[in-house]
Amino acid sequence: MVKVTVDGIDVDVPPGSNVLQACEAAGKEVPRFCYHERLSVAGNCRMCLVEIEKAPPKPFASCAYPVAEGMVVHTDTPMVVKARQGVMEFLLINHPLDCPICDQGGECDLQDQAVGYGRDTSRYDEHKRAVKDKNLGPLVKTVMTRCIHCTRCIRFSAEIAGVPELGATARGETMEVGTYVEKALSSELSGNLIDICPVGALTSKPYAFVARPWELNKTDSVDVLDAVGAAIRVDARGPEVLRVLPRLNEDVNEEWLADKSRFAVDGLKRRRLDSCWVKRDGRMVKASWTEAFAAIAARVQGVAGDKIGAIAGNLADAESMLALKDLMSALGSQNLDCRQDGADTDVFRRDFYTFNTSIAGIEEADAILLVGTNPRTEAPLVNARIRKRWLAGGLTVAAIGPELDLTYPAQMLGNAPALLAGLRDGSHPFAGVLKGAKKPMLILGAGALARPDGAAILAACWALAAGSHMLTPEWHGFNVLHHAASRVGGLDLGFLPGKGGKGLSAMVGGGVDVLWLLGADEIDTAKIGANTFVVYQGHHGDRGAARADVILPGAAYTEKNGTYVNTEGRVQRGQLAVYPPGEARPDWAIIRAFSAVAGKTLPYDSIEALRARLEQTNPVFARVDILPRFGCTDLTGPAGDASAVAAAPFVSPVPNYYQTDPISRASPTMAECTETFATPARAAAAE
Amino acid sequence: MAFLDRTARSFLLAELVSGMALTLKYFFKKKATINYPYERQALSPRFRGEHGLRRYANGEERCIACKLCEAVCPAQAITIEAEPREDGSRRTTRYDIDMTKCIYCGLCEEACPVDAIVEGPNLEFATETREELLYNKAKLLENGDRWEPAMAARLQQDAPYR
Repeated sequence: MVKVTVDGIDVDVPPGSNVLQACEAAGKEVPRFCYHERLSVAGNCRMCLVEIEKAPPKPFASCAYPVAEGMVVHTDTPMVVKARQGVMEFLLINHPLDCPICDQGGECDLQDQAVGYGRDTSRYDEHKRAVKDKNLGPLVKTVMTRCIHCTRCIRFSAEIAGVPELGATARGETMEVGTYVEKALSSELSGNLIDICPVGALTSKPYAFVARPWELNKTDSVDVLDAVGAAIRVDARGPEVLRVLPRLNEDVNEEWLADKSRFAVDGLKRRRLDSCWVKRDGRMVKASWTEAFAAIAARVQGVAGDKIGAIAGNLADAESMLALKDLMSALGSQNLDCRQDGADTDVFRRDFYTFNTSIAGIEEADAILLVGTNPRTEAPLVNARIRKRWLAGGLTVAAIGPELDLTYPAQMLGNAPALLAGLRDGSHPFAGVLKGAKKPMLILGAGALARPDGAAILAACWALAAGSHMLTPEWHGFNVLHHAASRVGGLDLGFLPGKGGKGLSAMVGGGVDVLWLLGADEIDTAKIGANTFVVYQGHHGDRGAARADVILPGAAYTEKNGTYVNTEGRVQRGQLAVYPPGEARPDWAIIRAFSAVAGKTLPYDSIEALRARLEQTNPVFARVDILPRFGCTDLTGPAGDASAVAAAPFVSPVPNYYQTDPISRASPTMAECTETFATPARAAAAE
Repeated sequence: MAFLDRTARSFLLAELVSGMALTLKYFFKKKATINYPYERQALSPRFRGEHGLRRYANGEERCIACKLCEAVCPAQAITIEAEPREDGSRRTTRYDIDMTKCIYCGLCEEACPVDAIVEGPNLEFATETREELLYNKAKLLENGDRWEPAMAARLQQDAPYR
């Protein structure tokens, strides 16, 4: 450690730190625009100037100056203040005075720091620079005249997002940030550019001019649009969710958020179910809760337990799944499934279906094998973490599956599941890399489990992991990457066919007379028998609601307190930010209310009581937010037969990243992204 | 003695006479009341009356939906919603002032960076129903158009002191 004195405060910082970090450690705030903890140091805004004793008598840019033993730093001398005021005056020369129409107003670094270091009037009488705005696609709005050339966006897209599409042309006053040739940013992380831009040059296009930061009620929550469980902040005004921003969680998302999670929120106010509907004489009519419950109770009456079934959707919270499971067992049914894609999982042990290395653990891995997964569309933040690891050096990535552009180099081994056998017996050249690695990882996509030979793929991957030193008492290198937020929670709860119970295909294929869909929209509703009575409980009028006989309006993830388990098995709590629209209610409360109508009253009246029941069902639910790292001592694999792997190639379960669930399908922004990025004809025309 | 003095004064109606003398004095003085509404007092350029939303000379509305007036309003009488207009400029889709909540403090006018919301000289906007005092954007723009000459003149008079 290096000893540094900052304004009389002694701090110890690791060698190689810069002076700015030392100042932070001493609790001194240093203004900055270009410096960002997660990006490389550019040192071009010059705002972080400090004075250093026994050094040349000049201000130093603290972000770009390394610490030395015994260094004495001053951050508040008259010279420092004057130097920063000078820098601020230069920055403001070409910055337009348009704060009143700027969306960054109220949360702008330049605005805040101009209060501290700016002059009240300008001495600049010459012409201000004007720059033509760039079109960066449907998500990021640009007002390039406001740009102060901090190059954070350029560094973010090149380093974190891995799509080096932004750059600067010309120099000095004529320098412009842009994409050279006009094109939409082809990254799933482009929304983060809006957060890192210290001024209003890059702002959110869907959120343009909508609200000011001081009008918003901020609620901490977790994201459910993929299985990563990123920490988010939901900003709402009145009954409306206006935007979602990432929240710091070093273990999961650091400070980034994927575009779907950020921009799909405008789907929360479209196509919503806000009252009950009951089918009468072939037509859906609006009904009250009493009428809807009576209609279901009348139909359920006299139906044998094994002719009733329930399917949980990808956005379901653990509380409502447990309530529905309890209701089903009270009705005598074992027909449950939370796997809408029909995945074949083995829940004998928890590490057969979770991301055991943990997302933060990726940073320790030195070899990664991706099997049947495209992390870039299934979990962009996991992909960003792998890229971060790759940037640190010494990582080899290989993929079995379709050709991918992962933003970092990966050996494409081919798209034949038979390669797993070759890797296992050491005949494939990559087997040597895995053998030589100290902490190798295998990431198996949940899409591969949905194949007819899913159990065999799971067993083959586990066997490969066990044979390649991936499973040691200190290191667990076997990972399943899910893309449905409810999946791990459902598996933890045992929302699965019980003894003699019917699974997804049997239930959908006419095996039940009454089918309860808890937000299940990804199933093939056309296969549901004409005589099956379908109860759809959910928040959007999507595929499930279109087939339903009774619709019960539920709450979306921003409208209820819910527990979600991410792909790592990390239990996280989402918070209510706004109340559900109209007659809609939190899902567990709907199920609890119906249980009383059906005469099978469930033994909990509050979310606390239900959470106690949750902990009783599976102790993992008691451990909120915390996920200890663990190794693997028992190498016994899942039940499947590893040799039964079929020859069919892997296909991605997320063909269109931007529309995967009822919320993103209802979102106009996501529809626009689909048209821009995912529709092949458009993409070809753009090139 | 004091008894005699008090008795003499009351029999001579001294207080009545001095009272009537004061009345007579005011009878011949210049009158303080005016014949409102046919006569009016002069208004200060800083008088804070009914609000109006002004326009530029070319007819473009001034308001840019920065929401500073909404933020500063101590009575929370202003409600604004905004979205990009067809030409991409920042404009309000809704600008409401609840005149029953408004305390006529003039902070909205102070906060406005483009002199769009201005409290004009009009003080005669009493209505028969409460609802009529819930002003919307159309009403405010109409006010602005109607009072523009007076508002502009007053702003100009007050400008040196701002």
